[in-house]
Amino acid sequence: MRSEKSNRAPFGLKIAAAAGLAFMHLPILLIFLYAFTTEEKSYQFPPPGLTTQWFAVAWSRPDVWAALTLSVKVASIATAFALVLGTLCAAAVSQTRFFGRETISLLVILPIALPGIITGIALRSAFSIAEIPFSFWTIVLGHATFCIVVVYNNAVARFRRISGSLIEASMDLGADGFQTFRYVILPNIGTALLAGGMLAFALSFDEVIVTTFTAGQQSTLPIWMLEELIRPRQRPVTNVVAMVVVIVTFLPILGAYYLTRDGDQIAGASK
Amino acid sequence: MTIVADSFVVPERRGTAGRVSDFFWRHPHVLLAVLLGPPLIWLGIVYLGSLFALLLQSFFSIDEFSGLINYEFTLATYRQLLTEANLDIILRTVLMAALVTLASAVIAFPIAYYAARYARGKWKAVFYLAVMLPLWSSYLVKVYAWKLVLAKEGILTWFFAKLNLLWLLDAWLSLPIVGGNSLSISYTGTFIVFVYVWMPFMILPIQAALERVPATLIEASSDLGGTPAQTFRHVIFPLALPGIVAGSIFTFSLTLGDYIIPQIIGSSRLFIGQAVYAQQGTAGNIPLAAAFTVVPIVIMGAYLWMAKRMGAFDAL
Repeated sequence: MRSEKSNRAPFGLKIAAAAGLAFMHLPILLIFLYAFTTEEKSYQFPPPGLTTQWFAVAWSRPDVWAALTLSVKVASIATAFALVLGTLCAAAVSQTRFFGRETISLLVILPIALPGIITGIALRSAFSIAEIPFSFWTIVLGHATFCIVVVYNNAVARFRRISGSLIEASMDLGADGFQTFRYVILPNIGTALLAGGMLAFALSFDEVIVTTFTAGQQSTLPIWMLEELIRPRQRPVTNVVAMVVVIVTFLPILGAYYLTRDGDQIAGASK
Repeated sequence: MTIVADSFVVPERRGTAGRVSDFFWRHPHVLLAVLLGPPLIWLGIVYLGSLFALLLQSFFSIDEFSGLINYEFTLATYRQLLTEANLDIILRTVLMAALVTLASAVIAFPIAYYAARYARGKWKAVFYLAVMLPLWSSYLVKVYAWKLVLAKEGILTWFFAKLNLLWLLDAWLSLPIVGGNSLSISYTGTFIVFVYVWMPFMILPIQAALERVPATLIEASSDLGGTPAQTFRHVIFPLALPGIVAGSIFTFSLTLGDYIIPQIIGSSRLFIGQAVYAQQGTAGNIPLAAAFTVVPIVIMGAYLWMAKRMGAFDAL
């Protein structure tokens, strides 16, 4: 690598990187194509014809709507729990020093670091020992457990960038702790929390493994998808739902990216 | 908030909020308890508690006649775990996880390398999003997409047919172990889908590690006469290794515990996750299911310990 010319990538590297990215994206694009296929019984490629009729069919399916509504409700409430718990944890870890601080980060990451099936079974047996019947709330509790980490990671990263002198200045100027939180800390961590919340929403909206253990008879959208994958009933409807899920999860991710993109320009970060 | 003031220059605050605020300032430990209390009660007591309760069950056994759990300490369940059929499952899963990790590293490295060293400005953002979107998009939709791709009448067969290479596909499928009736019910299919779903987790840690390699170091290597290949082998790769190990934690762990991918795309032979699922569900043998979950925990524990020694956590 000669130093003057090192800004040009070698041809082989370009090819390998492009091929890798194509491998990541082509299967998802295929979902969009299949949502319009006229073929009902198989996954034939190329599609024999294109139609938009399956959107209408999927639209009029009550089971799809029920699953979608449940998923949105669960994801919203789990995100709200995760926002509160994750922010509290992040504030404690980044603003104070105490014994066992390192352990907290490990504890928060654990639900997502361990395979989902372990978290799922552990919660399921805990619910059955405590004789809690499976319901909407058991799904929410399971989701909140592993959503905390996303909020926590975003909030901790932002807390680290807030200069301590800002908080001290606020206190020196006579604000009490709550006012400091309301007028100094919250505006600075707001976008990080919003981004963390969006990612938590996407994570919960998509979760299937823990949900299979903590849901009773109800099915969230991923559970509905899983059943269709194992025992396909109406393939075109599944194609349409898959496409909708792709779009629904892309939006919060793009949103979270734009919110945290300018994270370096946080007040007091220059210090 | 580590300093506790012992003399006050301002008068005490009025109102409830003010008094509470002052109280927290004077007693930072109470504030800490208030902040940490709710998350610790949930994660530390409920979550960790249920984990330990589960692991404890692996030391119980199941009564073969009544099907009820016998609450006496025994190692019988572990003896049952170590039978040949179950060891097969464990070995198969670990081997698959290792292969998936290796393939992920090979595919992820060029993407991470390009993004870290050559992508600038707008392209950097494009690369980041191009990695983040598949990483975060729905797991089941990704698996479903591969069901479409790998189906016998699907795009891959069509592609091979167009290239007049169907004989190659058939030859591959007729191989023992990796082959099968069609790609969607073979180990090859399972492997491809595992790589597809978990590989994106490998890219960002490698990229982070590569971005920390100073450009001057690479220049120094070439000034001292190193060819690009030598520079890569002796300078870049060793410095990127912690990033690869950090990424491999995800690919390895996630493959180890997955039970949905091999169920939907793969042969009927079980992986650890499926064995756990079957034991706790249809078989109703919670102790054996619990003993099975100990396996990935122990493997990941050893793996994390090794990764920590290699400095992989600094690359996360």
